[in-house]
Amino acid sequence: MSAEVNFHDVFPSREHNGAGPPDADVSPDRREFLKQCLMASPLLLGIVCVTEGEASEENGNGYKAQDHFYGMGIDVKKCIGCGRCADACKTENNVPREPFYFRTWVERYVITIDRETVVSSPNGGINGFQSAGSEKGIMRTFFVPKLCNHCANPPCVQVCPVGATFVSPDGVVLVDKDYCIGCRYCIQACPYGARFLNPLTKTAEKCTFCYHRVTKGKVPACVEVCPTGARIFGDVKARSSPLARFQRFNEVQVLKPHLNTEPKVYYANLDGEVR
Amino acid sequence: MPQQTKRLAIVFLLLGATLIVARHYLVPKTFGALGHYRAASIDENAARPLQYAGHEECATCHPDKVEMHDKARHKTVACEVCHGAAAAHIENPTEHKPPAPRDRGYCPLCHGYDPARPTGFPQIDPVSHNPVKPCIGCHNPHAPEAPRTPQECSACHGEIARTKGFSKHGAVACTECHQVEEKHKVTPLLSTPTKPQNRDFCGRCHSQESKAPPEIVRVDFSTHNPRYVCWQCHYSHYPEAQ
Repeated sequence: MSAEVNFHDVFPSREHNGAGPPDADVSPDRREFLKQCLMASPLLLGIVCVTEGEASEENGNGYKAQDHFYGMGIDVKKCIGCGRCADACKTENNVPREPFYFRTWVERYVITIDRETVVSSPNGGINGFQSAGSEKGIMRTFFVPKLCNHCANPPCVQVCPVGATFVSPDGVVLVDKDYCIGCRYCIQACPYGARFLNPLTKTAEKCTFCYHRVTKGKVPACVEVCPTGARIFGDVKARSSPLARFQRFNEVQVLKPHLNTEPKVYYANLDGEVR
Repeated sequence: MPQQTKRLAIVFLLLGATLIVARHYLVPKTFGALGHYRAASIDENAARPLQYAGHEECATCHPDKVEMHDKARHKTVACEVCHGAAAAHIENPTEHKPPAPRDRGYCPLCHGYDPARPTGFPQIDPVSHNPVKPCIGCHNPHAPEAPRTPQECSACHGEIARTKGFSKHGAVACTECHQVEEKHKVTPLLSTPTKPQNRDFCGRCHSQESKAPPEIVRVDFSTHNPRYVCWQCHYSHYPEAQ
């Protein structure tokens, strides 16, 4: 009934409008038509929403995505800044070699006695770091490896207008490069600067935790080559996994916790200056 | 039902049908199966080829090297860190030979001195540490030995040693002026070497009364800035007077 009342509220003049068709003839029909439309709309929506084909839940190797939920641990104290992770990542994932395209990179923080923080990452740390200057001016200095944080609540996925980036069932934020339109929204949205536009494919790219490796039972390339074991990869929720052990024995932090992105890259021995 | 309603209904039906047909062809098959994305993309992401084979693969053909490596201090350093991605080598061992870094540029990526590296991590100054010699000439990268305490001052103080080397003080041993306790080699900051505490120390060679060879520079110690110890003005490792 309320719909009827609203109709008359909105169009009160209609009833007395001589130019229009007679009231008794049209109003019930229009009402009926609207009713029919309303009744038909769920049907239409239902037809539209039906999707064909079920996505495979298991790949050829007997890998079940539902059994996993991946994360990474990084022990800042163990990182020696050799940049082998950034180098291996570029090789493994065919990332353009020139600077500023990185899926993972190493930053060097130098905090001077004047409380000034200098962050540098020349070529992602692949070719090593230049001298930090006179040691007398340094209060403390350390390396921090960075990569996509594979947030449980990822802003990049939220902003993608076409559904080309998503969280896979095993908790990895992936990019569908065939579906990406290259609008760069996700690059803007990522608070960790973990995304870039591939200059060749013109699509967004980012760390995938080496999804093609982990689904075959291997560890990501950066974890494979880390010479000091500063990077630990594993299941977040597993009772016993290298990552579970890492989280048991270390006080861990995540980057930018105030953004509520719920990152799944956990840092141990992280300095407060790291952003 | 009036004529115009029928026509409108036909138009709406046609529009709806077009939408359904267009959706059928435009929306990928697996879109929405798991969420607001193309579920087939997961398999596509997983199907990419590997470049790094993983250290566990190497032992099949190189058991001797792996056995030596796994017992030594580099046991956490996977083979492919130095030898590069080797999946292609495993596919075709004769065609793809993994490289081995043999020049001095590679090892300092980890072992070159940087204050940002963790305390205790073995580091050297690549400029002063046995220049020109390749690292693998002395160190076996598959089984490197623990760093020994340095035998000479130049191992750590290479810059001073080289500067002093071509100065007039080149022949003067470090221990001539600095008393160094043995534990300075192990805990350098807890046991610092001494410096000459008085002018008479330098006066043994440089005063007018000295019995040292006559070519050594002499000054009159009674008039020459008596308020200072010599090294407060002169850099003894590279004295100005030549």
